[in-house]
Amino acid sequence: MGWQRKILRVNLTEGTCTPEPLNMDWAMQYLGQRGLATKYLTEEVDPRVDPLSPDNKLIFATGPLTGTAASTGGRYSVITKGALTGAIACSNSGGYFGAELKNAGWDMVIVEGQAREPVYLLVEDDEARLLHAGELWGQSVWETHQRIHDIHQDPLLKIAAIGQAGENGVLFACIVNDLHRAAGRSGVGAVMGAKRLKAVAVRGTRGVRVDDPQRFLQVTTEKKRILAENAVTGQGLPTYGTQVLMNVVNEIGALPTRNARDVQFEGAAHISGEAMREPRPTDGRPNLVTNQACFGCTIACGRVSRIDKTHYVVRNKPEYWKASGGLEYENAWAMGADTGIDDLEAMTYANFVCNEQGMDPISFGATLAAAMELYETGAITQEDTGGIELRFGNTDALVTLVEQTARGEGFGRELGLGSKRLCEKYGRPELSMTVKGQEFPAYDPRGIQGMGLTYATSNRGACHLRSYTVASEVLGIPEKTDPLVPDGKPALVKAFQDATAVVDSSGLCLFTTFAWTLDDIQPQIDAACEGDWSLERLLEMGERIWNLERQFNLAAGFTGADDRLPERLVKEPARQGPAKGLTNQLGKMLPEYYALRGWNEQGEPTPETLQRLGL
Amino acid sequence: MLKALSIVPDKCTGCMQCELACSYEHEGVFNPARSRIRVFHFHDEARYVPYTCTQCAEAWCQLACPVEAIQINPHTGAKEVIENLCVGCKVCTIACPFGTVNYNQATGKVIKCDLCGGDPACARYCPTGAITYVDADLTAYERMRMWAARTDTQAQASA
Repeated sequence: MGWQRKILRVNLTEGTCTPEPLNMDWAMQYLGQRGLATKYLTEEVDPRVDPLSPDNKLIFATGPLTGTAASTGGRYSVITKGALTGAIACSNSGGYFGAELKNAGWDMVIVEGQAREPVYLLVEDDEARLLHAGELWGQSVWETHQRIHDIHQDPLLKIAAIGQAGENGVLFACIVNDLHRAAGRSGVGAVMGAKRLKAVAVRGTRGVRVDDPQRFLQVTTEKKRILAENAVTGQGLPTYGTQVLMNVVNEIGALPTRNARDVQFEGAAHISGEAMREPRPTDGRPNLVTNQACFGCTIACGRVSRIDKTHYVVRNKPEYWKASGGLEYENAWAMGADTGIDDLEAMTYANFVCNEQGMDPISFGATLAAAMELYETGAITQEDTGGIELRFGNTDALVTLVEQTARGEGFGRELGLGSKRLCEKYGRPELSMTVKGQEFPAYDPRGIQGMGLTYATSNRGACHLRSYTVASEVLGIPEKTDPLVPDGKPALVKAFQDATAVVDSSGLCLFTTFAWTLDDIQPQIDAACEGDWSLERLLEMGERIWNLERQFNLAAGFTGADDRLPERLVKEPARQGPAKGLTNQLGKMLPEYYALRGWNEQGEPTPETLQRLGL
Repeated sequence: MLKALSIVPDKCTGCMQCELACSYEHEGVFNPARSRIRVFHFHDEARYVPYTCTQCAEAWCQLACPVEAIQINPHTGAKEVIENLCVGCKVCTIACPFGTVNYNQATGKVIKCDLCGGDPACARYCPTGAITYVDADLTAYERMRMWAARTDTQAQASA
């Protein structure tokens, strides 16, 4: 058990919803969520398809621990071919939607084809229906959420939806569930929009069972204690959220600033987790209202914020005065340090709009930063920007362009293509801080060497969540390594990549690994699922998943040449801080990484590697 | 000495561990839809409030029941639904002013909090101490203590 053993296949072209048994042979090899859905995608979708064509599929997948009492057991992932990258996309989200889907009796939903008219999917336990979404099309995530609850008079429906960004083909559009939790990266929302699927609304009352309940309760209780007693998961994250990192990463000189021209931001303290807790001079209240947990989570790192009503950006917009999802570290970096902006309230507004309209704030902020550098270097002018003075640090530009990008208006339409396409269009491709078309997040690889290899080899394009070596290089988890040297990083990256693939396939949150190792996670999986899930089996599975994703990308047309970093990171030395004078040593790390992976010099898995992993 | 559930919404993060624990305790399955305790999310105000039966001294659900299917457990003081007596008439769900007795379509009976026989799973699994099981005469003791701590009674040396 752990699995519901049932998947829902939704064909939008035909307008059908069909249940089918979960392929348990595959579940035994790929566990669930990321791994299992990747197996389905690679079996069913030609890697060369246009991501926005009806031939692409969009999979909402839970893991065996989703919906259980394991701490953080509420995750789901969206797996598809990414609109932004053309690579495999796997975007993980919390909130309550995933657990609800599992509770309704489904391990995953596979969406295929394309609807003629906008629709939304309603799942009430066994019953699944496609309904007309005509009146919802054009509405925001938040309006859609409200309308669907009203239409069905059911406040307990959990909803994942796209906003205007997904409808308008913003290539980094995301899927937002529970108002402000998101399957955020690689443009999974653009794929959903192209399919004309506005939302998935779910109500589940069937429950989730585990294989050995007594052992499961005992081991999950024991592991929750570890999270509670750990300094990061028990104190740092609930108090400051991921924003606990802003000052830390700035201090070590690894905070990409002004499109990574600099690695330290003079305004970091103003946009930090600490700043979010400071009472404002205007109203005496802090930006942060409270922390919030996702389903089953005993860490509760989520930020809930309220914007200062007197701030000029929202003074005449009372609809933004209520509490909603606040700034997480990556968002605060992208729309703050990377754009040179340090106005916490305006950034919170931009964050609200990203949630409201379904946009990835990392890619949005980093694309805006690239556009600002294009402007400052003269590659674009006010003629291109529609009169906006697109200088670093211009708060008004952030506010105007976050709205324009979501709506597909003005210069926002160009930002919606992402920084790679934008910089290519204006003849300065080197200014795009992307790998495989995806903007890299809030860690500068000149100051944290392992993150260079992490970005370069991430299967979904630049991303911190495929091998978060920051844990080791900065926080000393599980052991401290020197962030300024490349030595030992290939092995670290590989180990983290494989372990992360396991966590992402289980239904648990990666943030548990600040306190847990796979030794803590393995017994929880083993108690929940039938079969013997040993550590060795899980680690081999993680490696299998990584290679399967790699195979998809190679078949999609990527090569080893795409395992590269923006020139700036490998040629322009860091200009200040502890990493001053350093570049990222990717050239040194990559060959060693390939060898450790059992790949040839072109970055392709050798036949022996594939055979060893059963691929 | 009777004990009672004490709920401090300020401490709730909305994690649903109480609903998971309650449903598992009573149904043997993780299923918030069958939980006797519910966490309400007031999103726009950023408040999460766990809510369940307070075990009224004069319990209207019990008085309303035509077949005496709601009885007091003498050890815990909980008003418990005797499943094989309940006929599913739902009158108790109407009588309860707080809405904490509910019908279960799956069984055709009503369900309500029974304090798990004296060791409530919701309190046991709550990670933040928002739900505790304390002396029934002093359910507000912690709140009293909190306010007591705020009073300015710093000992002052006499001149």
